[in-house]
Amino acid sequence: MQFHNLSDFFNMGGYAFYVWLSYGVTFISFGLLIALSRYKKQKTFQDINKKTLREQLLKSRRSDIK
Amino acid sequence: MWKWLHSYADPQRAYRLSSTLLPWFSYLAFAFIAIGTVWGLLFAPSDYQQGDSYRIIFIHVPAASMSMTAYIAMASASFIGMVWQIKSADWVAASIAPVGAVMTFIALITGAAWGKPMWGTWWVWDARLTSELVLLFLYLGVISLYASFEDKVLAARAAGILAIVGVVNIPIIKYSVEWWSSLHQPSTIKIIEESTMSSDMLYPLLINIVGFGLLLGAITLLRFRTEILARNSMRSWVRELAQIEGAK
Repeated sequence: MQFHNLSDFFNMGGYAFYVWLSYGVTFISFGLLIALSRYKKQKTFQDINKKTLREQLLKSRRSDIK
Repeated sequence: MWKWLHSYADPQRAYRLSSTLLPWFSYLAFAFIAIGTVWGLLFAPSDYQQGDSYRIIFIHVPAASMSMTAYIAMASASFIGMVWQIKSADWVAASIAPVGAVMTFIALITGAAWGKPMWGTWWVWDARLTSELVLLFLYLGVISLYASFEDKVLAARAAGILAIVGVVNIPIIKYSVEWWSSLHQPSTIKIIEESTMSSDMLYPLLINIVGFGLLLGAITLLRFRTEILARNSMRSWVRELAQIEGAK
């Protein structure tokens, strides 16, 4: 262990702002990208389901007229 | 052998293979990045010149090297898609682009945050920094070209041409610190010779490079699966899967 205590660790030898800015931006960016990618997957599933439902509806109406 | 490889161009098989690989990439990426980051932040010794500010290296170098690796992977996929007309390859390229863009963004931000205390400036217009910025714009160009056509075959061709032409930027980034004088230091990791870095700094760095590579793979697989679904929404297997997964 390079640091004697927790406040020493957070201080990063006086470079706290730059070090934590870098690590913060990195992990927030990764987190956002992963969240967005997962949301897009779920959204795609829902869009496909909507399309299937609409087609079924159209088909059933067409058979009603006949 | 090539026939066997070719069968993975089939969307359903590609989807299944990605689903099998995704958890492995995800867990391994998490483990590697956790170990590399904790090691780098807590246990690696301070630098005798740069103090603790150098600890940014454990994310800056992995992000920068993966930004270039991702670009080469994306351009190769585009090339395969264009020459052999394999749609799955185009979808791979489209899936890598946003991940590569984020890697480039991280490399630029962490570079600036490291440059400020060490060089006294957030940014200089020198060869290394400028060519990395151009890389970000290339990624953004590829992403927006792919998004701006309704016909995705046409979109993949347009984005693919930009991706392939942009490869010329990669050696410029790589060798910029040798060709031109720069504030940026030359690389400390060498493949053939011994690295100019002590091993208790080098190991966490290498672990994080592998970790970032695995993460790049994991997010690409996740996005590739979505791309397969969106492009094959008329297929019955996709519809059946959507019924099960969409309800969640």
